[in-house]
Amino acid sequence: MRISRHADDRLAVVWKAADQQQKKKQSGGDGDSSSDEDGAGQKQMAKKGEELKEEMDSLIDEIDEVLEENAEEFVKNYVQRGGE
Amino acid sequence: MPLPKVIGTEIEYGITVQNDRDFDPISSCVLLVNAYRENEEAQILWDYEQENPLADARGFHVEGEKYTPNQQENIARNKTLMNGARFYVDHAHPEYSTPEVTNVRDLVVHERAGERVMETARRAASTLLPQGSYLLIYKNNSDRKGNSYGCHENYLIDRRTPFKDVVAHFLPFLVTRQIFCGAGKVGSENRSTPCTYQISQRADFFETEVALDTMVKRPIINTRDEPHADREKYRRLHVIVGDSNLSEVSTYLRVGVSTIVLALIEDRALDRDLSIVDPVKVIKEVSHDPACKREYLMERGGRLTAVQMQQEFLEAALRYFSSREIDPITKDVLVRWEQTLGKLAEDPMQLDREVDWVIKRKVIEEYMSRRKVDWGHPQVQMLDLQYHDIRPDRGLYHLLERRGEVDRIVSDEEIARAVEIAPDDTRAYFRGECIRRYPDAVFGVNWDSISFNVGEDPIKRILMNEPLKGTKAHVKELFDASPTATDLVRNLTS
Repeated sequence: MRISRHADDRLAVVWKAADQQQKKKQSGGDGDSSSDEDGAGQKQMAKKGEELKEEMDSLIDEIDEVLEENAEEFVKNYVQRGGE
Repeated sequence: MPLPKVIGTEIEYGITVQNDRDFDPISSCVLLVNAYRENEEAQILWDYEQENPLADARGFHVEGEKYTPNQQENIARNKTLMNGARFYVDHAHPEYSTPEVTNVRDLVVHERAGERVMETARRAASTLLPQGSYLLIYKNNSDRKGNSYGCHENYLIDRRTPFKDVVAHFLPFLVTRQIFCGAGKVGSENRSTPCTYQISQRADFFETEVALDTMVKRPIINTRDEPHADREKYRRLHVIVGDSNLSEVSTYLRVGVSTIVLALIEDRALDRDLSIVDPVKVIKEVSHDPACKREYLMERGGRLTAVQMQQEFLEAALRYFSSREIDPITKDVLVRWEQTLGKLAEDPMQLDREVDWVIKRKVIEEYMSRRKVDWGHPQVQMLDLQYHDIRPDRGLYHLLERRGEVDRIVSDEEIARAVEIAPDDTRAYFRGECIRRYPDAVFGVNWDSISFNVGEDPIKRILMNEPLKGTKAHVKELFDASPTATDLVRNLTS
């Protein structure tokens, strides 16, 4: 569990870095980099985008594993008295 | 100078039993609370004599009957813990009140310790149910069928601060703070305008601006005047409008920023009028606008978004602290508040690691797009509920936390410690340590008193009128010199 958390932490860092890179590009602050580097950067970002998508797929799969069955019945039966 | 802010929260949890046709919430709560056994010797009453929930901060008393259960029922419904907290049955919900703390970081630690106490009790109680049945507990505030239960915050403030100042400034703050601490909800209820998803669990339930009630016609500012401390000096502001948060960052911002704004009110550092026209309507409109772009009419004229109103509070706070010493936690809260408001102005969905309503919304939207379901689908409603499930292996917030998808404020080690040990810088330390050291001699407890039954003498009640006395620094020597409760009572009364 701990190992996977570290892996996720790394992913979060990568995500943030990608985000910053994108913002930099949008604001045109990356003007002096050659077009070759840009191409490589885009490929790398596409790869990271792919990783993020896989990560989200795996999260949604995991949610399906724990999500209560018979959701309709379950949600209908969840009735509380008002509190406070 | 504002008072040091002694703070604490009371969280009511949702409860249900799976596979039990005769589910009764009250007996399930009693079972739950009694399944938590930290100390077999302790048989401690909750001391209702000190309580007066019908006193009103505006200066009058309300007629009504106070609820005082008999002794056996009292003990069955109330557990005061070694960490200074109260774990109890409130109407038809299990409730956890944190011990008094002096800063928002400790508040987060102790509120999360409460979640662990709840989960430990839930597991123990489930083993006592017929085979196949088990308890489920949710840290949320609504069943989405028009029934709400609370998350109450308490802030100790100076009684000299006119209550009308609190109402004038804190009310617009409370109406708009949900943008960074709402817990998110699919749909609307309580005859509120239909919507797919909204920011707050609670906003639909607020029907008036200022009042004493908490269960019907809920007010944005609650006037309960029960300081649980020296009434000449203090007021305990009882804030009932908030959502229970799972995200540590959301709790930290909700309580941390509120503490800052109250300090500004006490020091009269808010000079601009931020009153909103029709706050009861606006609190719902803010909740129903997850884009955070809508503008609201101000009493002073003109229109502002919820983010802009919060930014005005922030600017006042930055001015206030620019000429004062600031502790590291307050500084951290200010920095995060500023960053969060910046992201809310730009695109709220950037806060998908920090703010509950955004975290939940993102997961639901990703789920909907992959599973081809819409907001009305039962699975989406299930996600909405199960986000708040306190089970570490099944709760969706816990799943995200385990996968490192959300930001944290405190560590698991700190939380584990707080399950057993009271904060050492408030009177909660004295309360908790008395229960740890003399469990069979403690007769009754309330926030501002503890009474002892030692031998033939009448019950001795020790008053604790000062929330910042009874700290470890104050009472360590006293405890060292008091191996028994008899010694303690003698040392205190002689």
